[in-house]
Amino acid sequence: MSTNMSAHADAHHEEHHDTGRNTTFGFWIYLMTDCILFSCFFATYAVLFMNTAGGVSGKDIFDLTLVGGGTAALLFSSITFGFAMISAYKKNKGGTLFWLAVTFVFGAVFLGLEVYEFHHLIHAGHGPDKSAFLTAFFSLVGLHGFHVTAGMIWIIVMFCEVSKSGLENRTVTRLSCLSLFWHFLDVIWICVFSFVYLMGAM
Amino acid sequence: MNLLLTRNLSKIALAALVALLAGCQGGVLDPKGSIGAQEKELIITATILMLLVVIPVILMTLYFAWKYREGSGEAYEPKWDHSTKIEAVVWGIPIVIIIILAVITYKSTHALNPYKPIESDEDHMTVEVVSLNWKWLFIYPDLGIATVNELAFPKDVPVEFKITSAGTMNSFFIPQLGSQIYSMAGMETKLHLIANEAGTFDGISSNYSGHGFTGMKFKAIATPTKEDFNAWVEKVKTSGEALSTERYEKLVEPTEYHPVEYFGTVKDGLFFDIIWEYMGDMGRIDFYGKPEYGATKPEGVVLPERIAPKTEEASH
Amino acid sequence: MNLLGKLSWDSIPHDPIVIGTLIVIAIGGAALFGLITKLQKWGWLWREWLTSVDHKRLGIMYIILAFVMLIRGFADAIMMRTQLAVATNGSEGYLPPHHYDQIFTAHGVIMIIFMAMPFMIGLMNIVVPLQIGARDVAFPFLNNLSFWLAVSGAVLVNISLGLGEFAMTGWVAYPPLSGLEFSPGVGVDYYIWALQISGIGTTLTGVNFLVTVIKMRAPGMKLMQMPIFTWTCTWANVLIVASFPILTAALAMLTLDRYLDFHFFTNDLGGNSMMYINLFWAWGHPEVYILVLPAFGIFSEIVSTYTGKRLFGYKSMVYASGAISILGFIVWLHHFFTMGSSASVNAFFGIMTMIIAVPTGVKLFNWLFTMYKGRVRMEPPMLWTIGFIITFSVGGMTGVLLAIPGADYVLHNSLFLIAHFHNTIIGGAVFGYLAGFAFWFPKAMGFHLNPKIGKFSFWCWFIGFFVAFMPLYVLGFLGMTRRLNHTDNPDWNIWLYIAAGGAFIIALGIAAQFVQLILGFIQKDKNLDKTGDPWNGHTLEWSLSSPPQFYNFAKIPHVDDIDTFTDMKEKGTAYKREESYEPIHMPSNTNAGPIMGAIATAFGFAMIWHIWWLAGASFIGLIVAFIMRAYAKDTDYYVQPDEVARIENAHLDNVAKG
Repeated sequence: MSTNMSAHADAHHEEHHDTGRNTTFGFWIYLMTDCILFSCFFATYAVLFMNTAGGVSGKDIFDLTLVGGGTAALLFSSITFGFAMISAYKKNKGGTLFWLAVTFVFGAVFLGLEVYEFHHLIHAGHGPDKSAFLTAFFSLVGLHGFHVTAGMIWIIVMFCEVSKSGLENRTVTRLSCLSLFWHFLDVIWICVFSFVYLMGAM
Repeated sequence: MNLLLTRNLSKIALAALVALLAGCQGGVLDPKGSIGAQEKELIITATILMLLVVIPVILMTLYFAWKYREGSGEAYEPKWDHSTKIEAVVWGIPIVIIIILAVITYKSTHALNPYKPIESDEDHMTVEVVSLNWKWLFIYPDLGIATVNELAFPKDVPVEFKITSAGTMNSFFIPQLGSQIYSMAGMETKLHLIANEAGTFDGISSNYSGHGFTGMKFKAIATPTKEDFNAWVEKVKTSGEALSTERYEKLVEPTEYHPVEYFGTVKDGLFFDIIWEYMGDMGRIDFYGKPEYGATKPEGVVLPERIAPKTEEASH
Repeated sequence: MNLLGKLSWDSIPHDPIVIGTLIVIAIGGAALFGLITKLQKWGWLWREWLTSVDHKRLGIMYIILAFVMLIRGFADAIMMRTQLAVATNGSEGYLPPHHYDQIFTAHGVIMIIFMAMPFMIGLMNIVVPLQIGARDVAFPFLNNLSFWLAVSGAVLVNISLGLGEFAMTGWVAYPPLSGLEFSPGVGVDYYIWALQISGIGTTLTGVNFLVTVIKMRAPGMKLMQMPIFTWTCTWANVLIVASFPILTAALAMLTLDRYLDFHFFTNDLGGNSMMYINLFWAWGHPEVYILVLPAFGIFSEIVSTYTGKRLFGYKSMVYASGAISILGFIVWLHHFFTMGSSASVNAFFGIMTMIIAVPTGVKLFNWLFTMYKGRVRMEPPMLWTIGFIITFSVGGMTGVLLAIPGADYVLHNSLFLIAHFHNTIIGGAVFGYLAGFAFWFPKAMGFHLNPKIGKFSFWCWFIGFFVAFMPLYVLGFLGMTRRLNHTDNPDWNIWLYIAAGGAFIIALGIAAQFVQLILGFIQKDKNLDKTGDPWNGHTLEWSLSSPPQFYNFAKIPHVDDIDTFTDMKEKGTAYKREESYEPIHMPSNTNAGPIMGAIATAFGFAMIWHIWWLAGASFIGLIVAFIMRAYAKDTDYYVQPDEVARIENAHLDNVAKG
């Protein structure tokens, strides 16, 4: 992300490769490594989800309304990020900033609900140290939450960058990386929601 | 280059000699039971098959390196880089060898499956094995006795080992009888072995398990007759104390180079208790439904209530 | 709250061997520090090297790291072999389990993660961009950061020598042994953070080089025209990208178990340690191919160069490497056939493993047929290659043997296994790296090494290897298992003595490498490589001066053939003087890499010792440093045409003088 991407309109560099495309491509490969990281946690969850150590199972603790709300927020945030990207490609600075802010709010709602859920569970005595099922559940969902947090910090950084220096090529490249990241987290969440919550609560 | 050639040939010859020598000194090439014997045979067959490729490769390497050395005046074709015939051969030969080996592997893996009972006129004798830090506990459920670091069974009687661990992972291994299997807490693994010759064999843990690992050894005694074995059982019964749950708790404490111990009586279902301490936390109680791959629930043992209903919900 | 976490005066080991080592390191460190200060080289070192984003310099620093860690890892090896030679017939030897168990764990971790990996990545750094006609890698700063993360991990491993202890679990760190219940000390935490930090660096390297190879090849160079070393590195990078996240995940889970009382792998509350073992080897098996594939590429380059021929069966080589990479992912279970899987599962993984022998065998044959009708020059790199083919054939054979579950049931975890993987890792990877080192040394450094000492080193390694490891095969058959602290079986003694002798012969070989290096520097001016093409090379790196100009290519060449440079030499387009040059866009050096590496080290250290305030501060520091780097100005500059012309003309004059 942080390689030199300053556009030197004056310099002639036919031999110099398009670093913007390199960056997006590199980021995409990074996302694939992230995908493998998640799949390890999914696999572990699949192995451990029945090991409740006599404690609660998914059916006892999953609150689909709450999670459904969070899911809706995250899905909407993907759409709004899409709008932010459309604005960015149109070099519409105001629109980009607006939609970034909306995305941030939706992300915050999602994260807030997740923190509430975790807090609630730990208080009810169902913390991750109570059984292998809870361990795997908290880790998988928490790993996703950790990524969302990182994404939100990144949104703040990009918000500052766009408002300060507009929509230069470098900024748009970075926005498209963030966009990839954000949609990727959405896809991961759909898997978490289906495999962990829906299948667990059924 | 001649030097190189002779040096390496002598090395290969040495290695071969060494392998032959090794056969006469105990260890896995000096098996005393049918499982071990089959495994030795498998090793030798596979090695010979592979040497069919490996030796020519080594010889050709040395020959080509010498023949086409700089200044040898041999033909030189710098642009020659492809020959469909040669490529077909170099892909073909390994493929053929591997197909043969794959067939051998498939058959031998099923034949030597440690979970498979051994075909024999005699019924299997059951020994429950628990790896503790750092010693081995052997429970004879049918005889109601237990020992530490000493194991006995008559020759020609197949033995079914049920194996678990009270802590770290170990591997239960008597090199001269053949296969080894891991011991893992909260799980039961199985191993079937037989001794076709009488003798006292070294038994070890072959999976590193911490500080006292080196001293985690036992003797496996294959008695010449059943009478000898019964005499050994009598000895254990008369000289030993009782292995109660409390006594077991004491035994679990880490020790190194633990002496041989005999227990004349054992608490019923102790082995199950040991596994259940951890397995009880796992949801896969249906595990017990598959005797092929898992533990067998002793008769009369009732699964704790807290688990049973949960599993049914979770399993679909 | 304790500001120093678990750290206290008692954390310093009292073992005389450790204290002696620490004193030696302290004296050596002080001498080095004094020397650099006296020569007033600190500024130069910082500006030109430590902050460099030049892939060639990073490559050289990686290899220096590898050599330093080789000394550490080999010292461990010598200690183990002498312990086992001394501690026979029931004698306890001089290393009690507490120390010995750390040594064999450290030996494995260091040799694989901090010796072989940096060596491989170092060679890849130096060579791959040159071979594909690129000016640098896709993300030069990230490359620098990866290096410093590797250093960070290495530093943590070495700190464990003097503060606390290292893991006593074996390099695989299987739970439950590595869990809090059985390893309450800081050893496993050192293991976790050293591997985690350097592993993330490796993942970044993999991403970086994949983008480089896919997006930055010289015009005209098709994928099937990439030099074979670049191809094997590319496969290795695919493996890195696909497997290192698995290590990251496994270590993260172990971390959570140890720090926050989670239950992934614990015995109690439903944890399942088999999951760790599966994850570990799902990374661990591809890892050995990550090590060995680039070595295969090196041998391919060397055979073709030192026979003065095109590589036989280039396409076969590429496909074979690909097959090895893909198959490498579906064989991990062969590391634990004895866990009790069903016969069909074991047979499947056994057969998959054997299938890998097919593409590997094809490679061996292809090297043979490259020699066929060639002009074989017996320079040190070629000696390493022939030594490799012989050694590796044996190692491959014993590997297939271990892949047969029925054989593995008796050979698993025995010294036979130890002999096998040293046979492939030393005979395959290390011989390859040392061959590559001898091969590309003049290119990277600009002068030649003494080939006589190089040959001596080879013979020591080669003979030493067989003397040290053939006895281990025998011991495996004799029923000796790995990681024993002492033995009391008189039949084993002779083999243990021979093996120890072999280790000392290898020590001679390592010493010879260092003598060769030192002598090389002393006699540097006599042995300059003026043409840049000392071996009549085939690929683009040889078309440049030695060492290459910092911008690599004044004008990016157009590629029409696999052996591009041979092609250029034949067409007479090599060493052509350009009439004019374009300005060259280059990345500037940056201190962000070393700074972030230092913060990462502090973070790892703080986590190991539970110094929470420092952990929090350094974690935030890392994020802030990264963001600051992202908005740094002055990240690049242009080299002006007149300067390029001056440098290029000087080189071409040199070539003309011969």
